[in-house]
Amino acid sequence: MALRDIKARIDSTKKTMQITKAMEMVSAAKLNRAEQNAKSFGPYVEKIQEVVGSIASGSSNAKHSMLLTRPVKKTGYFVVTADRGLAGAYNSNILRHVYRTIQERHKSADEYALIVIGKVGVNFFKSRKMSILDSITGVADQPSFAEIKAIASKAVGLYADGTFDELYMYYNHFVSAIQSDLTEKKLLPLTDIAATKSNASYEYEPSEDEILEVLLPQYAESLIYGALLDAKAAEHASRMTAMKNATDNANELIGQLTLSFNRERQAAITQEITEIVGGVAALE
Amino acid sequence: MKTIQVSVVTPDGPVFEGNAKMVSAKAKSGELGVLPGHIPLVAPLTISAVRVHDVDGKTQYVAVSGGFIEVRPEKVTILAEAAEVAGDIEVDRARAAKERAEKRLAGNKQDNLDATRAEYALKRAINRIDVAAKR
Repeated sequence: MALRDIKARIDSTKKTMQITKAMEMVSAAKLNRAEQNAKSFGPYVEKIQEVVGSIASGSSNAKHSMLLTRPVKKTGYFVVTADRGLAGAYNSNILRHVYRTIQERHKSADEYALIVIGKVGVNFFKSRKMSILDSITGVADQPSFAEIKAIASKAVGLYADGTFDELYMYYNHFVSAIQSDLTEKKLLPLTDIAATKSNASYEYEPSEDEILEVLLPQYAESLIYGALLDAKAAEHASRMTAMKNATDNANELIGQLTLSFNRERQAAITQEITEIVGGVAALE
Repeated sequence: MKTIQVSVVTPDGPVFEGNAKMVSAKAKSGELGVLPGHIPLVAPLTISAVRVHDVDGKTQYVAVSGGFIEVRPEKVTILAEAAEVAGDIEVDRARAAKERAEKRLAGNKQDNLDATRAEYALKRAINRIDVAAKR
């Protein structure tokens, strides 16, 4: 390769590195915020869980449709992806898994329904001609509850009116900056409510059933929101890691290119000297 | 004087924390006044204002969009999907929300689901405007 070409490649790689480095820092800042959001959401869901648990553990025979398992004719899948790529295996992991699961479990398209968050997921299922029941794209990096309230309550509503008989949620669970775990969670019916040992046995005003009527949808929606916050943190983390790797690779590439640039330059100088020496020798 | 701890929590984080000598709220079954030492109770709330009467005799208003109240002898927790302390409410935004909801209500009469949603939005907006006026 000519000297000039190598120089041009070094320059362009440097510019790319600047961009990936900036993206890495932006994602790091966003990850920080996302972790804070998840933290401030904690008390809310813990409290709801406590109350739901204490009703469940009570001597009651309260039966709500969201607590009962019914024969499954149609399964709902709630899939959380990102709006953009450049986040390593963040999107592909989840989409591949969901796709495979659906292929294994269902024979026809009538047996499942998809609810998708994120542009990448929407495009993925569209290109495979799988119909999407509902989707939202362009969720903010720091989503507020109001933003996803509509889709969450729709998902819960579709279960309640019998459009599907169970609802699974797929998202990446944030573990640390370098690790996130693909998570499959059965959201509805709410079968895994841990009966909490509450020291208080509540009075219910007006009745347990009416409380469950308000409480359970609110609980299910908050679980969806919690999963979204978790997924957002994982998204920023995996984008940060991907960009960090890209920056490191660029650095390495620049090192190699600089080495071959120097070698090439030295070769050119050596050749010139040889030519001059050869020329002088010819004259003598 | 005996006081009771009050916290209003939403998915976006805690909105209000404080001590009070009495909390009143509007539950679905009617007005509810909670004094320190109340028996444990859970009740769903309507879209309304929660009033926190603090120790200095002042009253703080918090607009809540439904949710429910959990009472223990020493602590009251209100869990709502959205809540705002009177001082934090942006009246202009609430007005805009109210107008939007009114337009939507006037615009479609057939779609029941949409109408219910618009009605709720309208109620929430009116509630926020009312509460904001009380600061």
